[in-house]
Amino acid sequence: MSGELPELSGDEIKRYSRHLIMPEVGVEGQRKLKAAKVLCIGAGGLGSPAAMYLAAAGVGTLGIVDFDVVDFSNLQRQLLHGTPDVGRPKLDSAKDRLNALNPNVHIETYNAALSSENAMQLFAPYDVILDGTDNFPTRYLVNDACVLSGKPNAYGSIFRFEGQASVFATKDGPCYRCLYPEPPPPGLVPSCAEGGVFGVLPGIIGVIQATETIKLILGIGEPLIGRFMIYDALRMRFRELRLRKDADCPVCGTHPTVTKLIDYEQFCGVAPHQVEAAKPMTTSIDALTATDLKAELDRGEQLVVLDVREPQEYQINKIPGSILIPLGDLPKRYVELDPNARIVSQCKSGMRSAKAQDFLRSKGFTSVRNLTGGILGWIDQVDPSQPKY
Amino acid sequence: MIKILIPTPLRPFTDKLDTVEVSGATVGELLQNLTTMHPGLKQHLYAADGKLRSFVNVYVNDDDIRYLQKHETPVKDGDTLSIIPSVAGGARP
Repeated sequence: MSGELPELSGDEIKRYSRHLIMPEVGVEGQRKLKAAKVLCIGAGGLGSPAAMYLAAAGVGTLGIVDFDVVDFSNLQRQLLHGTPDVGRPKLDSAKDRLNALNPNVHIETYNAALSSENAMQLFAPYDVILDGTDNFPTRYLVNDACVLSGKPNAYGSIFRFEGQASVFATKDGPCYRCLYPEPPPPGLVPSCAEGGVFGVLPGIIGVIQATETIKLILGIGEPLIGRFMIYDALRMRFRELRLRKDADCPVCGTHPTVTKLIDYEQFCGVAPHQVEAAKPMTTSIDALTATDLKAELDRGEQLVVLDVREPQEYQINKIPGSILIPLGDLPKRYVELDPNARIVSQCKSGMRSAKAQDFLRSKGFTSVRNLTGGILGWIDQVDPSQPKY
Repeated sequence: MIKILIPTPLRPFTDKLDTVEVSGATVGELLQNLTTMHPGLKQHLYAADGKLRSFVNVYVNDDDIRYLQKHETPVKDGDTLSIIPSVAGGARP
């Protein structure tokens, strides 16, 4: 933010009066907020509460990058979007919601996937970047683009009941790569779609991101720089870990090797959605479709359908006659299975069951096939009466 | 005994326990004992070359062992070891 700060209108003075009477914000701080530009990457679980509070607080320009449409399964936590918005682009519902919240805020929407090609240009007009994405390639891309463009990254991430937050890529502070130099290989860390997420969790973490963003703009308090906040909703406990700037960091260290944006899909291995999409390529010895499975079962073939999901998923839908051994329990419980049985490994969409297939084969099981598309394929092709999740 | 805090993504490999008490004098010994008790954890903590995976950080109390003495970092009763893997959850890209 440079140059003259914009004046506040009479309406704005009324609206922000609870800020204006605090010495830490005051008229000048509110004008700083009005001059500020914040870019939210993602209008989902984290982006929703963050963008809503930033808009309410009077951040002058809010940019949002997203290309998703609203799904019923988003509504449990993504408060930017309501039931009537299902099927609409998230950017549209986000813009409506934020405009209703505070018409003084200028909303810029970018209907695009953030990429190495567009990131630097998208970031250029903004003061702070708020990372609310759900995947590693974009996390590393946001981090590197923040370091390379000198913009602070208000970072948050969530999984089930746990959240993480920090501020990365400030001038002297650490970046995400100082914390985690490399991403996990695809498939090793489950996504929210696979692992689930406690609906109120992104509320806490997204609001921490918004809090830090506002503090950075106002230049007040102790920013969450060099500190890593871990939140456990079940225990209701916050822990703070110390975070150091790594002199050997490949992007923000003293001798950086990453000096421009790279191919992040490649850096992170194959993106998880591509792995899933690649599954149907396997041969018939390795895999079968739900239609094939139904035909074999109807012919009375002796098959063991092994469901490797979690018990709570099994309660939602199942293939009749299947047995449940969650993937995580398999190393201990595989002895319950006959190694010569004809096994069909099955999960929600085919990822976890492929791991179970590999595992069982490594233990000498002779016939293990993976059900392509998992229970979702079964519902699509065989039994549409069952609910999907 | 030292308390090791297990993060959510790794709990499927510790019988769903969020805390495991382990004995040992160094971080290396604790992790060795932990993976002996819960063998399924090993491949999630260590790469094939035996090194701690680069998306898994280990803290003694609030400090990263990379800036202490790594696996040789001494631990004493009352210390807490935290395993903090990277997680990516948020919005769809």
